[in-house]
This record gives sequence, structure tokens and C-alpha cells, in this order.
Amino acid sequence: MSQHEQVLNYPIPNDAALEPPAEWAELRSKCPVAHVTLPSGDQATLLTRYDDVKEVLADPRFTRQLSAPDAARLSAEGGGVFSSDLAQIIPDGGEEHQHWRRLVSRWFTAKRMNALRPSMAKTAEELIDDMVKRGVPGDLKADLGFPLPVYVICDMLGVPAADRDRFSYWSDTMLNLTRYTQAEIEASQLEFFQYMSGHVAAKRAAPDDDLLSGLIAAGTPEEGGLSDLQIQVTGIALLVAGHETTANMIGKMVAMLLADRSRWERLLADPSLIRTTVEESLRLDANSGFGLPRYLREETEVSGTHLPKGTTVVCSMAAANRDESAFEAADQMDMTRSPNPHLSFGAGAHSCLGQALARTELQVVLEVLLRKLPTLDLAVPVAELERVEGLAVGGLRTLPVRW
Amino acid sequence: MKVTVDEVKCCGAGQCVLIAPEVFDQRDDDGIVILLESEPGEDQYSLVREAAAVCPALAIEIAE
Repeated sequence: MSQHEQVLNYPIPNDAALEPPAEWAELRSKCPVAHVTLPSGDQATLLTRYDDVKEVLADPRFTRQLSAPDAARLSAEGGGVFSSDLAQIIPDGGEEHQHWRRLVSRWFTAKRMNALRPSMAKTAEELIDDMVKRGVPGDLKADLGFPLPVYVICDMLGVPAADRDRFSYWSDTMLNLTRYTQAEIEASQLEFFQYMSGHVAAKRAAPDDDLLSGLIAAGTPEEGGLSDLQIQVTGIALLVAGHETTANMIGKMVAMLLADRSRWERLLADPSLIRTTVEESLRLDANSGFGLPRYLREETEVSGTHLPKGTTVVCSMAAANRDESAFEAADQMDMTRSPNPHLSFGAGAHSCLGQALARTELQVVLEVLLRKLPTLDLAVPVAELERVEGLAVGGLRTLPVRW
Repeated sequence: MKVTVDEVKCCGAGQCVLIAPEVFDQRDDDGIVILLESEPGEDQYSLVREAAAVCPALAIEIAE
């Protein structure tokens, strides 16, 4: 299986905004461990099968050390968020990582997220009211999908939502793998870092009941807390992660449900399907972005293929989520699918820390939209929806809707 | 049905609590799973099975 002459370019070009590229099914069946060329020209190994992706994401030998000298560069400008020096400040594995994760996890428990529901719903209602006031067509991405998660994460971190345009730019330079020059990326990261340093210093002087103040209150590393640098980088990581991911997913989820409006009507008739529908949208997101790159610290095998030490592996969770060996009728949207062990949030010790937040936001947005705008529909044919290019996290450029 | 959880494997994703809040909870100080009912009632079986199947850390075991 390892001998494949043809080397594929990755990301695989795809014009359809909501549909997967034909190559995924072919790779899963014929070449599950594939050689690919990244935008930088460097070589990597692409995994597309469910079992392989799940196993590798949970295997500590596959690290996040994308800044290693022999790791593949993702793009000519480096690797954005994946190989940033900032990413190395947060412990990558073992007890240190677990300690960091547990300090931060307490802010993202299901109970806390449930407690945020009323305020999330209120924000969603206000954003929808504003969109309706501006009239048809609305852009559900700019009017609702984008601002809602930004308000929520800013509130959790205790940073002013008024600065959201700057966060958006800083996030974009870290998440966009092709759009910016190295100089722009470095300047932006420095600004972001200075902003967060100032912010953490201010929280230290005048603590509040937010996440950053909580991390400061946990004390020094000797006392079981984090260093200032780690707190600053954690703040940046959470702000970036809480920004584009759910923001884009709201638009993609609503687009998938309206692309075949019988799905929307089914939810209107039975809102109890919201939870499983959110999971199924996450599973079927064919435009989820780059996937997760990993750097292999020691040689091993995946699906019978030898991988040498120093291999850069790209896990395509979106391709794995459509693996017929893991999901029955994998290419079909089943709004009642249960269980739905999709890999959209990763797997294992590094699986998405904010997944309860993302799930809650997606559920709340859908509840409020169904209630307030039952007549919602796409304002353009599905074929006219366009992807955002170059982003580590995939999304639609706009989502024109009417009601 | 007998449920066990592995606190060391648990990554605090909270999926089990969102799916079966009568059986699972999370510790306030670090988000790690708390098993509320090791032998849940029959009405909880399908939710518990779902929670175990989707746990990203495979930290929930069920014996039936």
C-alpha cells in the first residue's frame, strides 16, 4: 500500500462548498496512507481512514512539534498556528500537559456551558433581530455565526468584545496558511502577544471572575498554577480557537440544513432532534479545513505502512468521518444518528478542550433560529456558496439568507 | 448494567454530561468525570451506551 507513484497536492482542491472531494473515498479504499505535497512543497503523509486517524490522534508518539527542524512546513510562510513558537509554550504531552489541561478544563465543563445557555440565547436573539432589521438578504455568517462565538469567548476570558476586529485580524493571520507574508504574520503575533501581556498584567492588578483571572489565582508554577507566559499564550490560544472554528461551523451547519430544506422542516416539526443534528453536521462538514498535522518522533507503522521517524502526518478528520467502515450510510445525513463518534474535535488527550462550548453554541443557535425565523431559507442556490480559501479552519465566505 | 470510568484517561470533554447528566458529572476544579450512578436505571441505558461510544478518550466502560 505504500507504493504510490502519483503524489497528490494537499489540501485537495474542491469547488463544492458543502460536498467532499471525490479523492477522499478513493484514498480511504486504495491509499489510506498517502504521500502528499503541501503548499510549501514539502512532503507529508495523509491519513483518511477512521481507525487510523483516531489511533494517531490519540498516540503520544505523534506530537504537535511542527517546529522541529525536519518537520514539513505547511506553507511557504511557515505553518501558521500549527508551528508557531507560541504553540510550544503550552506543554505538548505527559503530566505537564495534563496539568495545564485540567487547569483550563474547569472553565469549559458541560455544567458551566449549560449555565451560559440563557445569555447565549439572548445574544443570538439580539443578533437575529438586528439582521432582520437590516432586511433581506442577510448574511448569516457575518450577522450571527461570526459575532456570537466571539462575544461568548471574550466574555469568558474577560477581554473587551469591542476589540473584536483586532482579534479577528490576529486570529486570521494565525489560521490562514496562505494569505499573509511571514513579516505580516510575525508582526501580528507580536501585537497579539503584547495585547495579551498587557491584559494579563491588568487582570493581575485587578482580578475579576473570568478565566484569565482564575488562571492567575491558581498561583505560580511552584504553587500548582501557570507561568505568566503560559497564561498569556493560553489566552491567545483560546481566543483564536474560540473564534473561527464555531463561527464558521454555524454557517456551514445552517447551510447544510437549508441546502435540503426538508431537513429544516423536520427540525421545525421536532426540535428534539437538535442535539443529534448538530453532531451529524459536525460529522458531515466536508469543508473543515486543513485537518490536524502531527510530527512523528519515532518510527512506527500505520495500516501496515512503515512511517520513518520525522514523518509529518496530516490527519483528515473530515475524510475519516465519512468512512463507511465506521458509519453506516456514511455519506448520508441522518439527523437521528446515535451514537455519532465523529472525529471533528479530534480524539484522545488533545481532543478539543472547548467542545462542550462549541456544541452548546451550535445547539443554542439552531434553537433560536428555528424559533425566530422558521421561514429561513438560502437566498442563493447552493452552487453559489463559496469556500474561504487558505484557512486552517474551513468556512463559507458568506451565507446569504432570506426569511 | 455496570458503568466504570477511568479518571486518568478522561480528557474532560463533557460529552457524557451533555448526553447523560443523570449518570455523569464533572469535577468543578478540573472537569474530570464523576460517576453519579454506577448501576443506572434501564431508562438510562441507551444514553449511557451513547456516552461511552462517543467519549473521545474512551474513558467509559460498560459491563452488561
